[in-house]
Amino acid sequence: MAAEAPGGSPGLAHHFDSYEQQKEAATLGMWLFIVQEILFFGGLFFAYALFRWKFPVAFNHASRHLDVTLGTFNTAVLIGSSLTVALAVRSAQLAKPRRIVGYLLGTAALGLVFLGVKAYEYHHKWVEHLVPGPDFRFDGPGAENARIFFSLYFGMTGLHALHMVVGIGILLFLLRPAWQGKYTPENHNMIEGFGLYWHFVDIIWIFLFPLLYLAGRHHQL
Amino acid sequence: MSDPRTAATDPPGYAPVSYLNETWGLKSWLLTLDHKRIAILYLISVSFYFALGGLMAALIRVELATPQGDLVSPDWYNRLFTMHGVMMIFFFLIPAVPGVLGNFLLPLMIGAKDVAFPKLNLLSWYLYNIGALFAFWALLHGGVDTGWTFYTPLSTAYTNTHVIAVGLGIFINGFSSILAGVNFMVTIHRMRAPGQGWFRLPLFVWGMYATSLIQVLGTPVLAITILLLAAERLFHIGVFDPAYGGDPVLFQHFFWFYSHPAVYIMILPAMGVISEIVAAFARKRIFGYKFVAFASVGIATLGFLVWAHHMFVAGISIYAGAVFSILTMFVAVPSAVKVFNWTATLYKGSVLWETPMLYALGFIGVFVIGGLTGTMLATLGLDAHIHDTYFLVAHFHYVMVGSAVMGYLGGIHFWWPKLVGRLYPAFLSKFAAIVVFIGFNVTFFPQFLLGYLGMPRRYHTYPPEFQTLNVMSSAGATILGVGYLIPMLYLLWSLKWGPKASANPWGAVGLEWETTSPPPVHNFATSPVVTTEAYDYAARAARAEVPVGG
Repeated sequence: MAAEAPGGSPGLAHHFDSYEQQKEAATLGMWLFIVQEILFFGGLFFAYALFRWKFPVAFNHASRHLDVTLGTFNTAVLIGSSLTVALAVRSAQLAKPRRIVGYLLGTAALGLVFLGVKAYEYHHKWVEHLVPGPDFRFDGPGAENARIFFSLYFGMTGLHALHMVVGIGILLFLLRPAWQGKYTPENHNMIEGFGLYWHFVDIIWIFLFPLLYLAGRHHQL
Repeated sequence: MSDPRTAATDPPGYAPVSYLNETWGLKSWLLTLDHKRIAILYLISVSFYFALGGLMAALIRVELATPQGDLVSPDWYNRLFTMHGVMMIFFFLIPAVPGVLGNFLLPLMIGAKDVAFPKLNLLSWYLYNIGALFAFWALLHGGVDTGWTFYTPLSTAYTNTHVIAVGLGIFINGFSSILAGVNFMVTIHRMRAPGQGWFRLPLFVWGMYATSLIQVLGTPVLAITILLLAAERLFHIGVFDPAYGGDPVLFQHFFWFYSHPAVYIMILPAMGVISEIVAAFARKRIFGYKFVAFASVGIATLGFLVWAHHMFVAGISIYAGAVFSILTMFVAVPSAVKVFNWTATLYKGSVLWETPMLYALGFIGVFVIGGLTGTMLATLGLDAHIHDTYFLVAHFHYVMVGSAVMGYLGGIHFWWPKLVGRLYPAFLSKFAAIVVFIGFNVTFFPQFLLGYLGMPRRYHTYPPEFQTLNVMSSAGATILGVGYLIPMLYLLWSLKWGPKASANPWGAVGLEWETTSPPPVHNFATSPVVTTEAYDYAARAARAEVPVGG
């Protein structure tokens, strides 16, 4: 927050007239930020659509090299973290600072589980020479175009993972003020904004999971 | 004013203590959250990169004064025009009007104490400078030679110059642009003074809103494109590489999806400036306010639907070409609406020939040529002939230099008394405005002819029969350079020796003129309430308050 207004409205920045105005500004700002995030990922989703349309066989076979069990597990973990972050926002509305901290820590823990599983999957791909680069090797139908699938796989899940790392980083900065009771029912824009961001990152995964992991599952070849 | 530090001789509304000098020291500037100080920071930064880009343009024009390549080698010539484009587009044109005038004016025009997110605002300036430093570092180490468009596979497989460093600089600068766009949009939505509905907003605010929309929706696509380009260069991911089934033209689609709307990021704020200046110096409400306002949003929207007109000869289908050609023509409609409405505002107005007005009139004339040649380039058959020739170079310089830079300079001259509380010499500044206009046209009009005769862009030699026109162009560039140098000198001079400005030296209407010159830290002594439309010059004349301009 910028300098506070004189005259005792804790957490109200000097250039806002009311908590209401400050909250509306913060929420709109976050939504606009999410819009630009959608466009940011949009480039990759467009590339995915284009190349899947051009190379259905390669995408089908390459997709089978991803671990659906781990992907499903991670999807459940992320949906769980969306619940905990929603409960954190609810706790802020109900003025329960200890619970905010608890739910935020739960969110961070689930996020770390997700990233751990992701790291394991990446390692596995590295061992199998499926990371695009000089060591890339892929045998089977569509071998000449499979590299693009894995490029998009690492690009999309990598950017998604980066967003989660940033999210967990932001979350850590919220813990102290939350514990100190700085987030009141009138003014908890930071929690609210973080919640929006986290949900957005989850939704990206909800699209990535079927596009990447399940692309080869809908019919037998 | 009751301030004891005010001298009896000061003009009314001049503030000896203002946002400029209420606190002192480098730290109070580098860590400031005041939108007005951040505007000054942007002014210093963009001026530096404008000078740098201008220097490279000067070297290009010296090289082209003779048909032979006698000043630089072909490789260095490639680097010169690439870095000229990168510096001017990403580090001057895109941040110039929004960063300087947008930052300074937006909160003042809507009666707010600051933008919605002051810390984010400062962060934008830092990100801009970090990005610019990457590009500057690359420049000092040899730069890039791909053209500012970074087309694949030249940029991914063949060049050995600093593509990644410059790309990273543009990527970081993109965040600055996005955050500024988010900040301005929220500010316009949520921070307006009581009584200031959307149709009471000054048209500069509408222009900035449309610009911010493009910044938020377009820039992230460029960001992901640069990441893909860097990954292709580093790891050969295959997306743009036909050897793996990828598509180099996909890069062009991605690139222009941002970079065509980006030209509207450069021109829309300048158009907003022109609307303000024309109304102020015609002493009339702007003709067809709502049309001008919606024309800004219309240009921003249509701007997203025309990108492939850069690719007519890149192998896209003839049907796609036809659709993009027609859509491009549509952009001429809102653009023409603006030109006609400015002209109609002048009709029967009491036109004052002050310096900002000279720039505005120059803008209108030059923009008509720049815009009409744009529709020529949008024509499929003609484009095959003039694509990648000097005709194209002249066209976009008419819009980017003739229009955008003149709009920027006009705005700087219009609000300079508010910005620093000082006036600049009237005669000298009018002289400089005319020098800029003449220099600009002498530089770039011959390039239309050169291009039409077949001289391609991006070559450092040319057949001897093109020399006369090229010498004209280089001579014009010298005049233009002088025209830019004079304002730089007298504006700096005015900081110390310029006469003090009153609150409203032009007798203009607008909230920014109702506070002191320069404004206090919190912008207004009491929060303003808006009761009238934006350009209520009739009411002002009725109150017989219109003083003669400064």
